[in-house]
Amino acid sequence: MPPAANAVDEAVCVGPAPALQSYLNIDAIIDAVKKTGARAVHPGYGFLSENAGFVDRLNEEGIIFVGPPASAIRALGDKVESKRIAKQAGLNIIPGFIGEIQDEPHALQVAAEIGYPVMIKASAGGGGKGMRIAWNESELKQEVIMAKAEAMSAFGNDTLLIEKFVEQARHIEFQVVGDHFGHMVYLPERDCSVQRRNQKVIEESPSPFISAEVRAAMGAQAVRLASAVGYNSTGTVEFVVDKHSNFYFLEMNTRLQVEHPVTEAVSGLDLVHLMLAIASNQRLDVTQERAAAINGAAVEARVYAEDPSRNFAPSPGLLKVYHEPEGPGIRVDSGVVEGSEISIYYDPMVAKVVTSGATRNQALARMESALDRFVVRGVTTNMPHVRSCIANPDFKAGHYDTSFIPKYYGGPDGLNPLAFPLTEHQQQDMFAAAVFTHVNRARRYDPKYLAGEDDVARLTLSWRDVHGNKLVPLDVVVRLAGLQMVGREGVAAGALEIQLPSRVAYVYSMRQPPGVVGKQAYNTYLRHMMVDGKPITVQVAKFIPRGVIMQYLGAQRELYIESPAAAALSQHMPAKSKASSHRVVRSPMTGTLVEVLVQHGSEVRLGDDLVVIEAMKMRNAIKADREGFVDEVFAKQGDVVSADQPLLKFW
Amino acid sequence: MLSQTMSLLPVSHSVLAALGSSGLPKLIASSVSALHVRYQHSAISDDDELPDSRDREHKDPRLEKIEAIRQKAMLGGGEKRIQVQHKKGKLTARERLSVLLDPGSFLESGTFVEHRCRDFGMDKTSFSGDGVITGSGLIAGRPVFVYSQDFTVYGGSLSESHAAKICRLMDRAMKAGAPIIGLNDSGGARIQEGVMSLAGYTEVFQRNVDASGVVPQISCILGPCAGGAVYSPALTDFVFMVRNSSYMFLTGPDVVKSVTMEEVTQEELGGAEVHTTRSGVAQGAWDNELELLSAVRELVTYLPLNNRDKPPLYPSSDPDDRPCPTLDRIIPENAEVPYDMRDVLAEVVDDRYVFEMIPDFARNVISGFARLGGETVGVIANNPLVLAGVLDIDAAIKASRFIRFCDSFNIPLITFVDVPGFLPGTQQEHAGVIRHGAKLLYAYAEATVPKLAVITRKAYGGAYCVMSSQHLRGDVNLAWPSAEVAVMGSKGAIEVIFKGHSKESMDKEVAAYEEKFYTPLSAARHGFLDDVIAPRDTRARLIRELRLLKHKSVSRPWKKHGNIPL
Repeated sequence: MPPAANAVDEAVCVGPAPALQSYLNIDAIIDAVKKTGARAVHPGYGFLSENAGFVDRLNEEGIIFVGPPASAIRALGDKVESKRIAKQAGLNIIPGFIGEIQDEPHALQVAAEIGYPVMIKASAGGGGKGMRIAWNESELKQEVIMAKAEAMSAFGNDTLLIEKFVEQARHIEFQVVGDHFGHMVYLPERDCSVQRRNQKVIEESPSPFISAEVRAAMGAQAVRLASAVGYNSTGTVEFVVDKHSNFYFLEMNTRLQVEHPVTEAVSGLDLVHLMLAIASNQRLDVTQERAAAINGAAVEARVYAEDPSRNFAPSPGLLKVYHEPEGPGIRVDSGVVEGSEISIYYDPMVAKVVTSGATRNQALARMESALDRFVVRGVTTNMPHVRSCIANPDFKAGHYDTSFIPKYYGGPDGLNPLAFPLTEHQQQDMFAAAVFTHVNRARRYDPKYLAGEDDVARLTLSWRDVHGNKLVPLDVVVRLAGLQMVGREGVAAGALEIQLPSRVAYVYSMRQPPGVVGKQAYNTYLRHMMVDGKPITVQVAKFIPRGVIMQYLGAQRELYIESPAAAALSQHMPAKSKASSHRVVRSPMTGTLVEVLVQHGSEVRLGDDLVVIEAMKMRNAIKADREGFVDEVFAKQGDVVSADQPLLKFW
Repeated sequence: MLSQTMSLLPVSHSVLAALGSSGLPKLIASSVSALHVRYQHSAISDDDELPDSRDREHKDPRLEKIEAIRQKAMLGGGEKRIQVQHKKGKLTARERLSVLLDPGSFLESGTFVEHRCRDFGMDKTSFSGDGVITGSGLIAGRPVFVYSQDFTVYGGSLSESHAAKICRLMDRAMKAGAPIIGLNDSGGARIQEGVMSLAGYTEVFQRNVDASGVVPQISCILGPCAGGAVYSPALTDFVFMVRNSSYMFLTGPDVVKSVTMEEVTQEELGGAEVHTTRSGVAQGAWDNELELLSAVRELVTYLPLNNRDKPPLYPSSDPDDRPCPTLDRIIPENAEVPYDMRDVLAEVVDDRYVFEMIPDFARNVISGFARLGGETVGVIANNPLVLAGVLDIDAAIKASRFIRFCDSFNIPLITFVDVPGFLPGTQQEHAGVIRHGAKLLYAYAEATVPKLAVITRKAYGGAYCVMSSQHLRGDVNLAWPSAEVAVMGSKGAIEVIFKGHSKESMDKEVAAYEEKFYTPLSAARHGFLDDVIAPRDTRARLIRELRLLKHKSVSRPWKKHGNIPL
């Protein structure tokens, strides 16, 4: 039983796991409504939430759809149509081609008129799916093919749009709410500029970028558009804003959005409650002034089961360890518990962490604490990456746009947590924490270790960078600090003086970080400690032979703490050979093999697509990371492949 | 082997002496022992005080002479051979000791032993220590006895005196009641010594057997280990190997080729991969020596020093009563769907960690050390992820050997059961699954340490009886609500009971059978299960039960020893 099903009074199974047979199966849902005698359907965020045909069916059956009228969904769901309406309603429109792209030559012609870079998107899409950017003709040719295929598989419709791609753009959106009586308001905006692959990663409200005047102007345009289509539910009008605060209408999402809790936190309004009230024909009893009032700040981080370092490949699997953080100003929305399975059939989102506070700084501090204490093992998540983004000085200062992730994480290994940036001081904090953990473990096994007042432990800390290169080892001297403290390591707890080459750190452990209320459940991977009077939380990302991968501020480091003798001898150890597996191309994720583009004997150049794997509604082209001839292909089109399964072999 | 050994002979003392002056101080600092601490001390006090006392110490010419020999011994076969060893990704015998043991804890004995061979020119060369370093040291503060073969001296080959050093060490370890760790890196018998060398091996074998079940014995294979040499590790409790630089085989690739025409490399014939996945000869494979040595240190923390000792207690911060909600949902609703028993074990044990022995061999059963409430336990578990968790020959051998180790050394056994039975087929039957399966039965029945078992899902037929059942004097037998204790699965059972009946009536009986036996209640009503527990309570319950069994004692009828079906 999924936790959501346990939380409700009555749950009905609507079909097997593949969405087409269940959540997208209108008949099955109507059946469930009839079986339970429900009078209304709330469609959630995905699946049928923007499907006008579904609304029509509900209307025919006399069932209330908690959402806008089918006509509004149709008008706004079609991006071409929505632009026409927006233009008529007096909204700023982005330079582009209003109309659908017929074919590749047409795309090239339109792009040439608008000027590169251009954005290609699925006309039926939303949420960034099927959106691609082309900077020149050859990229456009390639992207059109991918976009068409992806649009077809995701939406069953491969028509595309092309428009000018606004550089240094911020993505800012306005929540609107309207009732059946013509009352329409906008709520404080959400800044969703931190995106990867055009999918939102971090959203916050209010935007640290726009002024009150711009906000009011944008809000007014949002209300105009929604009113123009007779909107009567919650919806979101998305804008792209350039560096001069010029804003252009992008699209309107005719549903509740994933990031709505951010707006709830800042406005104090319960959007789902409003939706239900409006659907039951109540008046929206909120003035524009009240609706637009900003109370503090809020930020949301989306936690996905995906591996950013493998091009965000989905990482389905069992949530072996899953500990959500709790505390004031922290809201975690999820549909899973420890032991749940992240399946290959749906979007890989695991949870949304929403934090709020009186100021942006407070909301961000709470987010840092929440992500530090959120422990997930069993699947790879983007949490280290999100945590690293939050720690980025530019993000903290509010200086960011949609190029934020490519800018800071765009290097060859930029998305590998082992390469995430730490300042020298932060890195020393992590090292001190790791040494502390190591020494406490040694003291647990050997009560005489470092027991005397004059005892010192001499250790060497070495670490490897993202390429596996060994970096200069550090000599560390550890002794008991005068002060004895009670800590989470129990018997062997005590403050330690840890002498690094450039700094002496005093460290002791804490059961839980200061300011966190309530007893925190024990977690093997979580360590709270005080380093030089500053509370820090580190996670053990992974235990490896002889060493450990530590995580601090999202950044991970592969550390080896050992006796100087052992460290000196490690130079003689043979380098791990990766050559044997290099000729074999393995699936980076679990999914369905939708295309096999090579066969025995194919000649392949660097960067060529080899196969395409579809997982969680995403098409992922697996590219050749070497040149050569294909020897053998182990899987065929339609196969479900698991992560690390060999797909093909080079000569 | 002969050529290897011979080629190492012509090294003169003059070369050694020359090397000694340059390479020595560093080596001593990194690898040597308490014996040399005072030299380090005198070096520190060079500038300031006590010149008289230092002079006095160095003035004794007898001591100086002895120390000169000792210092030469520190270099083994000399700098050049050390470099060769390093180039192969291997450490020297002393370097290994410096990593294996707590810093400064090594106490060497037998440094001055030399060989006594006078044939084939052997009288012209000699090395103090004769190719093996013996002594004692500490691992996490607890004593162990170690021998470390030195490949740089006569290829680590075993001579009469080399063997005598090992035997002396083993005798001392037995008397002291401390584990024996062998670091093996030897080209084989010292051929020049002929039968003396064979006698030496056999003396070691005899002591391996004498020590078996008295003190833990751990063998590390860090180079070649061929011919008769393999039998000493084979007699010990644990064999750890290094990938791509250690080999164990009775006859090497050359002989194999000449006899059977098979072309095979050393690695393919007897490398770490082979012995930890196919032959089951070794219990662990590591990517390099440092990883292996660190694993040995870890292994020792789980073990008692000897068979009268209890394993050490290392409480962790992991709460004894930590609930495991994941376990409530870990058994798939569909009985055909497997799950990974490792996930169950991780939830239950302290800090989610099981130190698995021989994980990639007979993966349908898991064996390993873990802690529960700080106490060492041996975990044995069927793994439904592999072959549905069925028992077969390899699984029975793997589990029974592990159980007997734990029983010898007072390590309680925790068994997790999800087993559909024994693997059918001519391959298994003809290879003696009866005989091998009986080993597992024997091992469980014979064990007198606390025996706790949890049935998570299937416990069918003979496999139910074998897997630590109450009838084998299990102390605590628990089951989850998903447990099914039955003679066999429903379909098969009904076909036997209602042979010849119509299909419809059989289908009905299947349902009745499942109602009756696809539940732990049937067994619980007979008292064969002590309790049926919510999966989330498994950890808390096991720890409480384990504490109650702390002073368990069983008296068995006198016997010389049993006769396990080998």
